[in-house]
Amino acid sequence: MSPASSPAQLSTFVVNGYLFGVEVATVQEVIRCQSMTRVPLAPPAFGGLVNLRGQVIAAIDLRRRLGFPDRTAGELPMDVIVRTRDGLVCLLVDQIGDVVDVSEEAFEEPPDTLLGIARALIRRVYKLDDTLLLSLDVKGAVELQPAG
Amino acid sequence: MDDLDEIVAEFLVESHENLDQLDRDLVALEQDPTSRQLLGSIFRTIHTIKGTTGFFEFGHLEALTHAGESLLSRLRDGELRLTAEITDSLLLMVDAVRALLAAIEATGQEGEPDHAELIATLTRLQHGGLAAPAAPSEPPPLGEVIVEHGGATPDDVTLAMTAQNVGDARPIGEILINQGSTTPGEVSLALEVQEERRSVADGSIRVSVERLDSLMRLMGELVLTRNQSVVHAAAARDATLIRASTRLNLITSELQEVVLKMRMQPIDILWSKLPRVIRDLSATCGKTVQLEMEGRETELDRTILEAVKDPLTHLVRNAVDHGIESPEDRLAAGKDEQGLLLLRAFHEGGQVNIEIRDDGAGIDPSLIAAKALERGLVSAEQLARMNGRETINLIFLPGFSTSATVTNVSGRGVGMDVVKSNLEKIGGSIDVSSDLGAGTTVHVKIPLTLAIIPALTVACAGDRYAIPTVNLVQLVRLEGEQGRVGIELISGTPVYRLRGNLLPLLYLDRELDVSEPDRGERDTVLIVVLQAEDRRFGLVVDTVLDTQEIVVKPLSSQLENVSVYAGTTILGDGSAALILDVLALAQRAHVLDTGRELARAAADQADDDRPATGEALLVTSVGQDRQVAIPLATVTRLEEFPASSIEHVGSRELVQYRDMILPLVRLTGLPGDAGRRADDDVLTVVVCFIRGRSVGLVVDAILDIVEGGLSGRDNLDGAGLLGTAVVRDRITKLLDVEQTVREIDPQFYDIHSVSTGDRS
Repeated sequence: MSPASSPAQLSTFVVNGYLFGVEVATVQEVIRCQSMTRVPLAPPAFGGLVNLRGQVIAAIDLRRRLGFPDRTAGELPMDVIVRTRDGLVCLLVDQIGDVVDVSEEAFEEPPDTLLGIARALIRRVYKLDDTLLLSLDVKGAVELQPAG
Repeated sequence: MDDLDEIVAEFLVESHENLDQLDRDLVALEQDPTSRQLLGSIFRTIHTIKGTTGFFEFGHLEALTHAGESLLSRLRDGELRLTAEITDSLLLMVDAVRALLAAIEATGQEGEPDHAELIATLTRLQHGGLAAPAAPSEPPPLGEVIVEHGGATPDDVTLAMTAQNVGDARPIGEILINQGSTTPGEVSLALEVQEERRSVADGSIRVSVERLDSLMRLMGELVLTRNQSVVHAAAARDATLIRASTRLNLITSELQEVVLKMRMQPIDILWSKLPRVIRDLSATCGKTVQLEMEGRETELDRTILEAVKDPLTHLVRNAVDHGIESPEDRLAAGKDEQGLLLLRAFHEGGQVNIEIRDDGAGIDPSLIAAKALERGLVSAEQLARMNGRETINLIFLPGFSTSATVTNVSGRGVGMDVVKSNLEKIGGSIDVSSDLGAGTTVHVKIPLTLAIIPALTVACAGDRYAIPTVNLVQLVRLEGEQGRVGIELISGTPVYRLRGNLLPLLYLDRELDVSEPDRGERDTVLIVVLQAEDRRFGLVVDTVLDTQEIVVKPLSSQLENVSVYAGTTILGDGSAALILDVLALAQRAHVLDTGRELARAAADQADDDRPATGEALLVTSVGQDRQVAIPLATVTRLEEFPASSIEHVGSRELVQYRDMILPLVRLTGLPGDAGRRADDDVLTVVVCFIRGRSVGLVVDAILDIVEGGLSGRDNLDGAGLLGTAVVRDRITKLLDVEQTVREIDPQFYDIHSVSTGDRS
């Protein structure tokens, strides 16, 4: 996390039409959808297991995690590999965006109008020229509640 | 050197290290001749070598070190002052010891060196004698090497050595060449050989754990890549590629073995800390305990070593704290005042076995039972069914602590349940047996390594899973009909009769909640028979794929709460797969308890019904693939009647048989049989004679006659049934003929007279 005063670079992606961003430094790589191994009994937002060059890593379906409807069949997600304290985690997103420079003056607290789960996982909202950029709390997003 | 005993090799490494230290110390001592610390250290080193050599029966070494030790002890005690001469002779002794060690290393024997003079010098110096001529240097190994290779005769070498001894400063090789005893080629060859045989001490290096770990990681990758390449090579049908991949396969396996071996460490690394622990502990408890260890050299993977450290220490503490009695109690019980704690480690069946045995009071099953009951961990009924060993193993239940008072030794809130679960986490198991009054033995079994394990891959609902083969007992395949009738329901639990034992079944797809709703009846049922704890159960899967070595990878933290997986791995085609945690799976489904209950019920019944088990039974099949057994004693004949010969009188069916009317009873009308079978052309009839009357029992087929097949009667008796038993691996109902006939036709015996009337 960079200090509040300095400008930050966010790597952006789209989930359910919203533009999300995570700090560029946390992203290891972005790859096309990998074949995934389903994990029965896992929490709903757990997308599966991915073999990333010999390392088995967890995939988190951000749509489910953020409380959005599922992708329609045939729509393939993109894999954003992020570094977390517990190692690499793959975030499943709809589409990849650019790396965006954000100035600290342009952010606000997330508005109350955002959906329940999503709001808890959004740290800040940056006002870009044409859209809002939601800064994702990666640490929170990769923590899953056990399946009910 | 090939056959050099490992212990000797260890001794050599150790001694070489000691000798190097000795060199340094002696030199330092010259600078500071009165340093008690240095003298003490030198004395200890020589003493250690002497002690060990005596053990190995290396007489020369012992004699030499003994002389040195005596001299040193006088120096240490201040009775002698170090002189240059003493230092020299001590250094000579170090050299001589080194030469002897080299000989032992090369040949396994000391050889026949002559150290009499050196020993004499050491002895003389010890008594404050004056200088004598310097001792001859030990025979140089190079000479031996040349002789060994036939490059020179022993006499030539002796001659050269004599030359050296009288002042020839040249190396032995050069002297030999000058003597014309050998050629420069031979000498350089011998030098090479000598180089190769550099001491074991030079041959081992220290490697950091991180490097080993990263080697292991790479090894894991290689194994996976090998798996993938083998799969693809087989598909490619390219002979060269297949050859290369076969070779890769072999080399990888060998390499894997070597790498795994590199990570192995003797269990002594853990055990060496125990004498101190036990000494302190027994002092605290006011007990005296003698610790004996067998199999200290038994090797384990270092990750496992780390994982068993705490459980083992806990068990040992327990043995001293709770197992071994106080000296007074021991004397009163007629035992030696000193308690004995024996640790044994050995390899068996790809696992490491560790035994912790004490000769203490043992565990009283009745105390355990009372405690378990008091804590509400088991019911009285359950207890009544347990044998002594099962009762003792209740100590592993969570919430069980036998210590009446919580001591500061082992009563720390960490119970045996934690020990057990920690061991199970790494695929180990624990079991306690005890002889009341004579001691307790804890058996621990742990795998050799966790990193790469053999596993069975199975498919279920389109996904693949790996099952560690350590849990695998056998595979059972039931085809078609067999599959439909082989699996039966007992109190709601599907079971399969495996060689007369009830095997509770789990359907993997149902357990994982991935059942495909539209799937029909399984054509083939595949049962993976697994063992968890001491219970067996069957896991029904869709397909069994193969067994392969898998590299265990950690489970991501998001799945920590999903208990049924032990880890992940990567399969030959590069996809990730889950490793099933068999024990957790079984526990989740409560199949172990069920299995236990079933086994007990069966055992109880078998006990109760023992008189009946010897009887001969006619086994028939009836209705929807059910088996019914009829006591053979009641059977007079087996007959077949054409369906057309049946005559109907009211609701009863009769046939004319041997000048009499034989009433027929269809067993398909038995309780539990849905629907009657469509009439066949020919009826198979068992003619029974009971209570002075004949009756024909209509069955579908005569299967067999068995004797004493009632291995597991259970409580499922219905009316008209004497019980249920396992016959030909199937649940079979044992028919009470009279009762059955009454059930189906209440008036059957009442109309006895009418029938006989008919007959006459």
